[in-house]
Amino acid sequence: MYRYDSYDQSIVDARVEEFRDQVQRRLAGHLTEDQFKPLRLMNGLYLQLHAYMLRIAIPYGTLSARQMRKLGEVARKYDRGYGHFTTRTNIQFNWIKLADAPDILAELATVEMHAIQTSGNCIRNISSDQYAGVAADEVTDPRPWAELLRQWSTFHPEFTYLPRKFKICVIATAEDRSAMRLHDIGLKLVKRGDEIGAEVYAGGGMGRTPMVGPQIRDFVPEDEVIPYLEACLRVYNRYGRRDNKFKARIKILVHELGVEEYKRQVEEEFAQMKVLGLNPPREELDRIRPFFANPAYEQGLSDEIDRGDPAFALWVDRQVATHRQPGYAIVNISLKPVGGIPGDASADQIDLIADLAEHYSLDELRVTHAQNLVLPHVKKADLYAIWQKLDEAGLAEANLDLIGDIIACPGLDYCSLANARSIPLAQKLSERFASPDRQKDLGELKLKISGCINACGHHHAGHIGILGVDRKGVENFQLLLGGSGAEDASLGQITGPGFSEDGVVDAIEKVTDIYLAERAQGERFLDTYRRIGMKPFKEAIYG
Amino acid sequence: MVEFLSFRDGEASQEPSVTVESFTGQSNSTAVRIEAGEDARELLPYLDRLSLVEVNFPAYTDGRGYSAARILREAGYAGELRAVGDVLVDQIVPMRRCGFDSFHPDKPLDDAAVERALHRYADVYQKTVDGRRPVWAKRHPEIVNG
Amino acid sequence: MKILTGNDLGTGDVIWWAGDGWSRLVGDSADVGDRGDELVRAEEAAQRVVGAYVIDATVTDEGIRPAHIKDRIRALGPTVRPDLSLKPNDADAGNWVI
Repeated sequence: MYRYDSYDQSIVDARVEEFRDQVQRRLAGHLTEDQFKPLRLMNGLYLQLHAYMLRIAIPYGTLSARQMRKLGEVARKYDRGYGHFTTRTNIQFNWIKLADAPDILAELATVEMHAIQTSGNCIRNISSDQYAGVAADEVTDPRPWAELLRQWSTFHPEFTYLPRKFKICVIATAEDRSAMRLHDIGLKLVKRGDEIGAEVYAGGGMGRTPMVGPQIRDFVPEDEVIPYLEACLRVYNRYGRRDNKFKARIKILVHELGVEEYKRQVEEEFAQMKVLGLNPPREELDRIRPFFANPAYEQGLSDEIDRGDPAFALWVDRQVATHRQPGYAIVNISLKPVGGIPGDASADQIDLIADLAEHYSLDELRVTHAQNLVLPHVKKADLYAIWQKLDEAGLAEANLDLIGDIIACPGLDYCSLANARSIPLAQKLSERFASPDRQKDLGELKLKISGCINACGHHHAGHIGILGVDRKGVENFQLLLGGSGAEDASLGQITGPGFSEDGVVDAIEKVTDIYLAERAQGERFLDTYRRIGMKPFKEAIYG
Repeated sequence: MVEFLSFRDGEASQEPSVTVESFTGQSNSTAVRIEAGEDARELLPYLDRLSLVEVNFPAYTDGRGYSAARILREAGYAGELRAVGDVLVDQIVPMRRCGFDSFHPDKPLDDAAVERALHRYADVYQKTVDGRRPVWAKRHPEIVNG
Repeated sequence: MKILTGNDLGTGDVIWWAGDGWSRLVGDSADVGDRGDELVRAEEAAQRVVGAYVIDATVTDEGIRPAHIKDRIRALGPTVRPDLSLKPNDADAGNWVI
């Protein structure tokens, strides 16, 4: 994992003191809320329904045990004993006091963490692949690039007041586990001859007007990536719409200009910028790379797993993925217990997972955009012991990528933007489909729920998506089918009129019945939908 | 309180600025004012005869002026570059980094707050147009000169 | 009736204008009539509240009921964590929200 040097540390420390100063000015009455709000947002502090909410950055979803433990401590000391992992691989605490926020940031800084740019119209936390460094088919490790971009985007002076927020994702495999093409900019690292560079996609996103990002460059070499991104951002900063918040994301600019015209403007800008020496020298990426070098794996380990315990075997089949090192495995920890709150973890669970990461996963863990956690380097021989500990803590659900593995935003239970509650619906759905056999039979089925049009719950990218709306003061739920955030990215289509909370649960059951009746050998739900189209589903739901 | 802040040697320009349209028309003026949304590149043919460019920030959240400033500096403009309008103390540092060297905010700034802001961050991550050495250059002094 | 709500500047707690100060209980709300905007300005200026706004509410047998579900959730707490709501011992409290 990356470790701060004295420069990184001093920048984060300075930020804590700056925010302390700003909070003091606010509490002393020297700043109005209008003046203070953008400043607190730039430090991830929102005012939500019940209290202040602090969103802490987890850069490219990677945490050490020490950092995880600190999150548990924050949950206990400053919050109400739990945190919520988000679809941006960050963590949110829901019950923060304004005067405590600087102290929390100071504590986080001691473990090289911060809340910088977790809100505001700036470049947000860089996302990446939760299997980075352990995926068998990866071209190169995307994390050094993500770290380079984290540093470049931190307090970027030109891009601090963009038309709207800006999300960047870096992956390095053909399989897309991070919804790369639904980011404002997606980078897919590829090899051309001996050289590594990036395919660039721009103008993807969800929200009110979802778009799958088109490719704008097939290769940007390693030492031109920063000026190229600056050119992309500069065109957006200058010409992105500022007259309407709902049309301000880069996807609207790319769409309105047309991909070719946006590309042309970026190339024109890039031609000017690439001679300015903006890219760090290759030695900087070379400096960062060793932090992500393979940990000291033990050699000659057995690949045998004793599957004697059936519940354990079920969990292994679902939650454990192939590691590229013999004798090791990747463990996915589900934060989606039946009837639970997707993405929530108690302070005790956070501590336990920190311990597991320290003892069994070479001190590392990851957060996924599906609101689960990953232990990336686990010896197969340790799997049973880990499973037992997870099971004791209610963390051994075996539902990865199944219908019970629901993504849900905080919704109207917590969020001031929401129109409907997402969590109670996720709970009802996970209870309706609680049977492990039934889930297994339905196979890969990604169900994603957003409580408003902003789409934090990625409903457009769900094989089945649900959007909560406000119909004359009553919660109402629209159903979408056919979305995907993976390498076969697509946007879900609305089935028709919306439903009550119970109505949408029934409708989804009908949808899964049609799938079971119609599926061909080996087809996932999404494949069947793509083959037979919306009509049979619609007839079953409304007929 | 500070009504006008300059980081330039010598007197600030007193010349009233004209609009981009009248400047690129026939004006003999040496001072021009860019509104948000106007293209700073239109001024590039005239950089030699300009002594003051004012960039207006209608709201501090409108970041277009940062790009305008950096474009002018990248093209070699060496005259006064002044941020005017809704300029708050928390924006002075990023504005400096994009090439602004004088400030005439709508509302005066608190001297002490300006001082604190200017000295808050000893290090920066990006190379821009202010001549500050980014962290990566400091990390590799043998490779990155200057 | 018109009632006034917002969050406590320091703690972030949901608070309701009770006529002579702020209360954490929606049931203490006073009818602010057409004085809402004036109170918002004064109370925000005095640093006692943040994000204050006026809402419609009705008086029912169970007390004062905000017209919109969002404010009923604010009045109670998250419906998915009754233990953290203002009525942790009332299993049916969540039904009041709907």
